[in-house]
Amino acid sequence: MNVPDDLFYTESHEWIKREGDNARVGITDHAQAELTDVVYVELPKVGATAEARGQIAVVESVKAASDIYAPVNGTVVEVNKALEGNPALVNTDPFGEGWIFVLKMDSPDDIKQLKDAAAYRKVIE
Amino acid sequence: MTTAAPKKTPLYEEHVRLGAKMIPFGDWIMPVQYSGIMDEHQAVRNNVGIFDISHMGQLVATGPGSGGWLNEMLTNNIDKLEVGTGQYTFLLNERGGIIDDLIVYRTGPEEFLLVVNASRVDEDFAWLKQHLAASCELTNRSDSFGGVAIQGPRVVDLFHALLGSQVELPARNHIVELQLDGMNLSIARTGYTGEDGVEVFFSAKDAAKFWNTVLKTGEQFGIRPCGLGARDTLRLEMCYPLNGSDLSPEHNPIEAGLGFFVDLKKPIFIGRDVLIQAKENGTPNRLAAFRMKGKGPPPRPHYGVWLAGDQIGETTSGTLSPSLNQGIGMAYLPTQHARAGTEIEIEIRGQKFPATIEKKPLYKKS
Repeated sequence: MNVPDDLFYTESHEWIKREGDNARVGITDHAQAELTDVVYVELPKVGATAEARGQIAVVESVKAASDIYAPVNGTVVEVNKALEGNPALVNTDPFGEGWIFVLKMDSPDDIKQLKDAAAYRKVIE
Repeated sequence: MTTAAPKKTPLYEEHVRLGAKMIPFGDWIMPVQYSGIMDEHQAVRNNVGIFDISHMGQLVATGPGSGGWLNEMLTNNIDKLEVGTGQYTFLLNERGGIIDDLIVYRTGPEEFLLVVNASRVDEDFAWLKQHLAASCELTNRSDSFGGVAIQGPRVVDLFHALLGSQVELPARNHIVELQLDGMNLSIARTGYTGEDGVEVFFSAKDAAKFWNTVLKTGEQFGIRPCGLGARDTLRLEMCYPLNGSDLSPEHNPIEAGLGFFVDLKKPIFIGRDVLIQAKENGTPNRLAAFRMKGKGPPPRPHYGVWLAGDQIGETTSGTLSPSLNQGIGMAYLPTQHARAGTEIEIEIRGQKFPATIEKKPLYKKS
């Protein structure tokens, strides 16, 4: 299972890429493999306030709806509109074209409390 | 729910070996998917797929008068069954509510096989035992038998490759006994997918051998092992009801739109009086099928159904239809609103999404 070294992770299988004061968020390769066949992504609204570990988006497979959680406190500044037409990007390119939203972090240092790749590998072992 | 360890079918090891995702399903642990629900669904619509249905119950009724007795227990007419044929039918309580939907096969002049839902085996068996006629015997062979459904347009090619091109599959709703490599197989031309197909029953000890033989021979026809996920999307596109979701003791077959499988001309069967009333006076609710408009989240069971600002019902089933690439579902709705063409809304996480009531089935083979 692909777990890129340059990303941060949560226990709930989101990945976080630091981009200055912003955090780009998606779900991991492991998560998309477990869900399979993503058929709908309910995106957050730009401007929405995100609370760490609070539900902020929904990813639906044929079988079930799964909540996506904000990794840190912040404000949604961008969402991946491409997923509205092609939700399967979450499956085909989870760490790239399948990103879900970008948060402007309230305190960028919060990201240090997330798991690094080594710690996340232990979660999915 | 019990806290006992989940029951495993005789094919459990095969599912694990194939990398299936296993989930609890009632008392059972069953494969929900192998390669993915979409892939498995398309395999059945375009080629062929095999499902483990060993969790389903198999009851055998024998003895003089077993036909007459079953005719008082079940809604469809047993007298129409020649040896080697089967019919879809209902087991009702005194209120006309559905205990189970099942297929009954006449396997001999005085022998019947009842294939019932996994979650209802004990209940059905107890109910039938309680009402058993003196001249009949009823046995529950569920634990010593397995079964698979093999479904899809290439099923005939597959069986010719398995059994030889001179062997013909039984006609629709017929059941035959055949031998393959020392295995005794009961093969019924039926299914739960809307495709051509069979359900095959065999001794539990032969389950893995038969499963693997079919998968190997089926490779050339693009066969896929298929799980409960695809079973649900396939059946819902056809609007085949799922007991426990679309059918329950709170609803009768007339409300569910399945009066075709009830013979009200029979002089006596449990639930008959209620069904005659339902047929004559109509029922306040009907099980309607709907299709979402445009792109939106897929509907799921227990979502609210709205019309003109009022909630008028709740979904009993819902999914994304892989064939239509749109959300579909069913719901009991007030009869006046259950007509094709009615515009409704489905409430999903507090937001309402438009849908239209449609004729059943939702999917028609082009």
